[in-house]
Amino acid sequence: MIKITNLTKIYNSNMGRIVALDNINLHIKKGDIFGIIGLSGAGKTTLLRCMNLLEKPTKGTIEIDGIDITKISAKQLKEIRRKIGMIFQHFNLLSHRTVYGNVAFPLEIAGVDKNKIKEKVINLLELVGLSDKINCYPSELSGGQKQRVGIARALANDPKVLLCDEPTSALDPKTTVSILELLKDINNKFGITIVLISHDLNVVKKICSNVAVIENGRIIEQGSIFEIFNNSKSDIVKNFTQNVIKSEFFEVVNIG
Amino acid sequence: MAETINLLLSSTLETLYMVFASVFIASILGIPLGVLLMVTDKGQILQNEILNKILSSIVNIFRSIPFVILLIILIPFTRFLVGKSIGTTAAIVPLSIAAIPFLGRLVETALREVNSGVIEAAQAMGASYMQIILKVLIPEALPSIISGITITAINLIGYSAMAGVIGGGGLGDLAVRYGYQRFMLDIMLYTVAILVLMVQLIQMIGDRIVKQISKYR
Repeated sequence: MIKITNLTKIYNSNMGRIVALDNINLHIKKGDIFGIIGLSGAGKTTLLRCMNLLEKPTKGTIEIDGIDITKISAKQLKEIRRKIGMIFQHFNLLSHRTVYGNVAFPLEIAGVDKNKIKEKVINLLELVGLSDKINCYPSELSGGQKQRVGIARALANDPKVLLCDEPTSALDPKTTVSILELLKDINNKFGITIVLISHDLNVVKKICSNVAVIENGRIIEQGSIFEIFNNSKSDIVKNFTQNVIKSEFFEVVNIG
Repeated sequence: MAETINLLLSSTLETLYMVFASVFIASILGIPLGVLLMVTDKGQILQNEILNKILSSIVNIFRSIPFVILLIILIPFTRFLVGKSIGTTAAIVPLSIAAIPFLGRLVETALREVNSGVIEAAQAMGASYMQIILKVLIPEALPSIISGITITAINLIGYSAMAGVIGGGGLGDLAVRYGYQRFMLDIMLYTVAILVLMVQLIQMIGDRIVKQISKYR
C-alpha cells in the first residue's frame, strides 16, 4: 500500500544543513496498523508528513497504491490527498464551523452534492458516536470528542490510508484507550491502512501490528510488534520494556 | 436655529457618505490585499518573496504619506477617476486610497492569527489555494477582520475632517469654516458632539457583530 524508497529530507536553514530523514525504506501493507515510534526530533513527524507531501522529500520515492506521489502534478496530488485521511495531535478543527460543518468540509472541497454530504456526515457521526453533538462548535467539545470529529472528518472521502500524527498525545489515558479502540474498529470495518506515529509505546503496543523505530532520521529497526518488544536493539524500546517489567513485577509483589 | 440644524444635518450626511463609501471600497480592495500580503509571506501557502516585498513596500509608502498631502497628490488621479477633483464624491478617492493599505495590514495581521494546523489540515484534504483562502482563512479570521473594518471606519471619520481642503464638505469642514473662521463656537461644539456620537456608534455596532459571530468560537 505504501512503499517508501531511499527517502531523504534535508533542511537548509541558517544553522546549516539538517538531515531530518536519512535514506528511509519502508513498506506498509494494505490493511495494516503500522506504528512509527521515536523520541521528539527523531524525524517521525517529518516522515508522516512526507506520506501526503505536506513535506516535500529531498530525495527518494513514496508510492501510495502504486502511484509515486513525488512525481505527480499538483492537480493529481489534490485528488490523491482526498484518499489519504489525516488526524492531528491538536485536532485542527475549524472553529467557525459546527461538528456537522467540520465533517462536511472535506466533502464540500471535493464537490460532493449537498444531499449526499448530509447523508454521509450523519453516518460518520454515528460511527464515531457523536450524533448528539452535531450542532455543537469545537469549543464546546472535550479533547476526546474533538478527536472523534477529526476522525470522522478524515474518513469523509472514504480514504484508503489514515495518517495519525500523535493522535492521543493531548488526551488523558482513558480517552486515549477509547480513541485507539475506535481506530482499531475502523481498521477492522473498512480495511483502511493506518499509519500512526507516537512517542508512547503503550499506544503503539495497544493497536499496531507492525512497528518501525526511528532515531536521528534513520529507521533503526522494524518488524512485528512481537519481535520488536521481545528482542529490541534500540534503547528507547529497551528502556520501555524494562520499565514495564519492573512495574508489573511491583504490582505482583504488592498483590502478594 | 433652523439654518444651523440644516447645516449640521447636511454635513453629517456628507461625512457618513464619505466614510461609508470609502469603507466599502477599502474592504473590497483591502481584504484581498491583506490576503495577498499574508499568503505570499515566507512559509505560507503561496510563498513569493518578490511579490511580498513589492506589495509590502507599496503599502508602507502609502501609509507614510500624511493624509493632507495625499489629498493633494491624488488630485490628478481623482479627476481621472470621477471626472472632478473637488466635492464630497471626489474626497472618497483619497480616503479609500488611504484606507486600503491600512485595512490591508489589519487583515494581514488577522489572518496570521489563524492556527497554521488548520491550514495544514485543509491542505492534507486536498483543498485548493482558493478554497483555503475562502473557506478557511477568511472565515476563521472573520471576527478580527470585522474589528479591523471598524477601526478603519473610525480612522476615516478623522481623515474625512480634512476633506474640506478639496471642498469635500462634511463635519470637519463645517467646524473649521463656521466654528473656527467665523468664531461660531456653538457649531464647533455641535460638530464635535456628533463626531463623538458617530465614533461611539460605529464602535458599538462593530463590537456587537464581532461578539455575535464569535459567540461559540
